[in-house]
Amino acid sequence: MSTANSSFEMYDNFDGEIATLNLGPTHPATHGIFQNVLKVDGEKILSSEPTIGYIHRAFEKIAEHRAYYQITTLTDRLNYCSSPINNIGYTMAVEKLAKIQVPKKVDYMRIILMEMARIADHIICDSVIGVDTGALTGFTYIWQWREKIYDMYEEVAGARLTTNMGRIGGFDRDFSPRFHKLIKEFIQDFPKAFEEFNSLLERNRIFMDRCIGAGPISAERALEYGFTGPNLRATGVDYDVRIAHPYSSYEDFDFTVPVGVNGDTYDRFTVRQEEIRQSFKLMKNAYENLPEGKTHANVPDFFLPPKQDVYSKMEQLIYQFKIIMGEVSMPKGEVYFPVEGGNGELGFYIQSDGGRSPYRLHFRRPCFIYYQAYPEMIKGSVLSDAILTMSSMNVIAGELDA
Amino acid sequence: MLNNEEVLNELKAQFGDKILSSKLDYDTLIVDVPSNSAYAVLEFLKNQPSLKLNFLTTLCGLHFPDHSGAELGVMYQVKNLVSGYSLRLKSYFPITNPKINSVTGLFPSANWMERQEYDFFGIEFEGHPDLRRILNVDDMDYFPMRKEYRLEDGTRDDKEDKYFGR
Repeated sequence: MSTANSSFEMYDNFDGEIATLNLGPTHPATHGIFQNVLKVDGEKILSSEPTIGYIHRAFEKIAEHRAYYQITTLTDRLNYCSSPINNIGYTMAVEKLAKIQVPKKVDYMRIILMEMARIADHIICDSVIGVDTGALTGFTYIWQWREKIYDMYEEVAGARLTTNMGRIGGFDRDFSPRFHKLIKEFIQDFPKAFEEFNSLLERNRIFMDRCIGAGPISAERALEYGFTGPNLRATGVDYDVRIAHPYSSYEDFDFTVPVGVNGDTYDRFTVRQEEIRQSFKLMKNAYENLPEGKTHANVPDFFLPPKQDVYSKMEQLIYQFKIIMGEVSMPKGEVYFPVEGGNGELGFYIQSDGGRSPYRLHFRRPCFIYYQAYPEMIKGSVLSDAILTMSSMNVIAGELDA
Repeated sequence: MLNNEEVLNELKAQFGDKILSSKLDYDTLIVDVPSNSAYAVLEFLKNQPSLKLNFLTTLCGLHFPDHSGAELGVMYQVKNLVSGYSLRLKSYFPITNPKINSVTGLFPSANWMERQEYDFFGIEFEGHPDLRRILNVDDMDYFPMRKEYRLEDGTRDDKEDKYFGR
């Protein structure tokens, strides 16, 4: 700066047509810790280089050292916007490995909780798309419904965000009276509030102009990139794990799988909005048809006995001790169990050598797989569309980095 | 509708003795192939009109320190989205020469998945366009998912894995 030469150099740099822009790692618009090194020409993005791993916590390694029941708490922290789906998905993978058949009531309870989690997940994503287009109002209104869902989680599991919900074989207790009260209120009041939120955005001219055509991807490319979930369905492919490989009695219910056409931000938004309606319908049907019966399978090897029995009966004391210490052996073998997570096919690959912890546990994390298409999706678009594309893909840092 | 027997027969007709072994585990067909023919088998599974297993669900690394000469491996799970049929393909190779062909040419989605397994197991995917670490820091000099690496910080002697499980 002291000599004329260096200040000319400075101007030379500014005159260069291509600039490098660091978007993240901690940028308020990225809703998480993602770094993208963008090459931009004015506002136009020429290329992008994502760097991930900022919150990598080595869950796959930790899982190799933990008893099966202790791994549920790691799965919370994958997609923390819909923890119950992760928890219950993992639990069902272990049940498949141990060949445990759960009662119908458990299946229905799981559907209620998983669909509730899907509603919460999609509410977050869709309202944040609104925020990124400058519409903050919808976000502030609809988030109280996410809070109401979290209140219900709290009744079931005692926690709101990282729920650690369910046990291998079912649930530790039945739904509480307060849960019944809350869910009845929710079923009664949510549709009106949701349609109000929807009417703020779905046919809003400004919102449509911002979203239509932003970050598109074709069905062929989406499949090649391993897209699943709402992002794949927005391109027009009707793949849904709940239909393709029904689990937890999803086959008992009637629901539709919405698909989009163009695979752009607007389609991802509308697909998620319709999925919220379908999830609500599923949740309502499952709640209204909730069967009577036990809330866990008859598996003393995995299910903690009632506390009064532990103090008075020898056998129950032994089971309590064995379960808590994780000294329960599993059959040898390997399973892959997919569930429809908030973002797509969430798969659990467990390889068991018969020991107390998995020999190898691999998570198929939908975010991790589809986020690699992000540079291609934003190439040639403007910076503000890149932000919008990222929030409409619902990339969750926890799931991305495991 | 595909079934395991037909798929296995078709694979055996095409590849003969390159199909080292096959088994059914929880109703999924698991096929072992040598590491130098994994790419060809996946290509066949993807392009054969009667199979069309053209969606790579996931791939992950495996480490069995006791299998001498075939310590490391890769598991591929491929799927036909229309019929929902899935097949698992495994391929093992020695830890001293951990090389296998990259399948990024067949499945662009394998790009980050292979980088992840390189990052954690040190498996070198030959022909990968950009084989770098992805979740760990670039200057890490070990592969943390290999079984010999301890869970707790290896530089500390007050922490041992036996206190945290096996």
